[in-house]
Amino acid sequence: MASVEFKGIVKKFNDNTVLNGVDVDIKDHEFVVIVGPSGCGKTTLLRMLAGLEDVTGGDILIDGLRVNELHPSKRQIAMVFQDYALYPHMTVEQNMSFALRLRKTDKAEIDARVEEAATILQLKSFLARMPKQLSGGQRQRVAIGRAIVRKPKVFLFDEPLSNLDAKLREEMRVEIAKLYQRLNATIIYVTHDQVEAMTLAGRIVIMNKGIVQQVGSPIEVYRKPANLFVAGFIGSPTMNFMHGKLSLEGDKVMFTSPDIKLSIPPYLLPANKVRDGQEVAVGVRPDDVVVGREAGEKCSDKIEGVLEVCELLGHRENLYIKVGGQRLLATVEAFFDRSPGSGVQLCFNYKNMHVFDKATENRISE
Amino acid sequence: MNKERLSIERKKQLKFFLIHAVIIISAAICVYPLLRIFSISLRPGDKLFSTDLSLVPAGATFTAYASLLKDTMFLRWLWNSLIITLATSFIGVSLASTAAYAFSRFRFPGKKAGLILLLSSQMIPAGMLILPLFLMIMKLNLMNTYLGMIIAYSVSSLPFSIWILKGYYDTIPRSLEEAALVDGTSQVGAFWRIILPLSTPALSIAFLFNFTTAWNEYLVARVVLFSAKQYTWTLGLFELQGQYITQWGMFAAGSMLVTIPVLCVFLYSSKWLISGLTLGSVKG
Repeated sequence: MASVEFKGIVKKFNDNTVLNGVDVDIKDHEFVVIVGPSGCGKTTLLRMLAGLEDVTGGDILIDGLRVNELHPSKRQIAMVFQDYALYPHMTVEQNMSFALRLRKTDKAEIDARVEEAATILQLKSFLARMPKQLSGGQRQRVAIGRAIVRKPKVFLFDEPLSNLDAKLREEMRVEIAKLYQRLNATIIYVTHDQVEAMTLAGRIVIMNKGIVQQVGSPIEVYRKPANLFVAGFIGSPTMNFMHGKLSLEGDKVMFTSPDIKLSIPPYLLPANKVRDGQEVAVGVRPDDVVVGREAGEKCSDKIEGVLEVCELLGHRENLYIKVGGQRLLATVEAFFDRSPGSGVQLCFNYKNMHVFDKATENRISE
Repeated sequence: MNKERLSIERKKQLKFFLIHAVIIISAAICVYPLLRIFSISLRPGDKLFSTDLSLVPAGATFTAYASLLKDTMFLRWLWNSLIITLATSFIGVSLASTAAYAFSRFRFPGKKAGLILLLSSQMIPAGMLILPLFLMIMKLNLMNTYLGMIIAYSVSSLPFSIWILKGYYDTIPRSLEEAALVDGTSQVGAFWRIILPLSTPALSIAFLFNFTTAWNEYLVARVVLFSAKQYTWTLGLFELQGQYITQWGMFAAGSMLVTIPVLCVFLYSSKWLISGLTLGSVKG
């Protein structure tokens, strides 16, 4: 296995800059997920590592070796494509052994490796079939098997589950997690699905508009999002944002928006870190909005709102609450005892509150 | 309920009858001339017209076939045609498959203009190309040679073949070649091992088009070939047409014989041909 380094990577298509100075270090045996919205440059970055796109600027290193101009086949990487990219005129076995046959590997060695991969992926009974005779999940497993047999230094996954239905996606996600535990390989996995990112990654690289927004463990990026974009992108349902100004009242930091006034505790944002009148966005995840009787009992800063819509999800319920002109989403235990249209009290769990500077969009709270 | 079912059944039957009627009539229209030629080839003497409508005429004989093969250079003409046609088809398809790949996969200056130019060359009537082709082949010193004919035929069928192959390559996902590159092939290797095997339907169509065009061509052959020994069958058959008398029996026998190679190629590649004719009609 191997480490991968992206150093100041720039990619331009004519005058359009797709990647603008990407720096990421991926350690040996690490499972890194690159996540971001469509068009953020994550797939381009992966394709550049695979050698399928030229590098406009910067360096890509695999195990310390600069590979910018190296042919894809010489990089010792294997890639699983979004559309599987199985060769339609070859059987499953031929697909899996294609790379080894090209390298004129010994026949017995090829058979052993295909057998091993087929066993891991439960494909032994499908080896003689053509790709068109397989289901989506089976095709995906063949694509992964094709990568495994090569025993590459780095595995690249380009949105491998995006063509599968929700149930199959869940199953394959578990399969991939198990596979990582078994292979203990360096894996770079690209997705736009934050659930995949959160569940699979050892570390997440969050990208937007060709720039790395944050690199960290799933829990880090969830609990301490570096900026407004990460805060809004990671977590489902998405974070509530309230836009307003900070003011200093003695040692206290007060947040005021047209509809909400809050006292920000000093452990979250000390007064010496704040400018009077600083424009900010305060973020609270729906799980950290306390509603109803619980709010009445636990909170000192209570806010009055009107319940607009209830969405029952099974064991949880989404409540859309209007506070003046601001709409807030709260996720609570199922079967909330008020009906839409009724007034409710709510407050926030300050421990998990986030404050972002409006101008820089960066996090300023602890 | 029953009435409705009855009416649906009737509609189905009517549709079945109409479809088959159209197919049978179309087939009859196609086959009738061939049957007439076959009938003429069996007639004793050199009668073109006859009041006899039977397929096998009275006194039917294979004399025309025998004398065509024995007294003329028909076999030699057939051989010439076969060499020129096969070479044209292979060279044409080889050139078109690589050119179409470049047009389909690479970005280069003049790509769009090149494609439009290729298409517009198909709008020029064949007759207009005779003179420039004649001049080119003469300057290359290739008059009355196989090579001259092969070059003339290959270049004239290239644009169509390039267009049809480019259209097919466009439907093959690029990720297949990229997977092959990652697996260890070169760009040429990916084309050879992945794209070409997947393009068999389009290659068959291009091959058949080249084959039938070259096999049946008369005008260019008339200009380029001038010795009877080098004639293709199209020129050879017209040799049988004299100023005062035309040997219609032999003419018809020759016409029947020349359909055999085309028929064989069509039958052999019919599987590919049918899937090829429906190219691009279904996504994926």
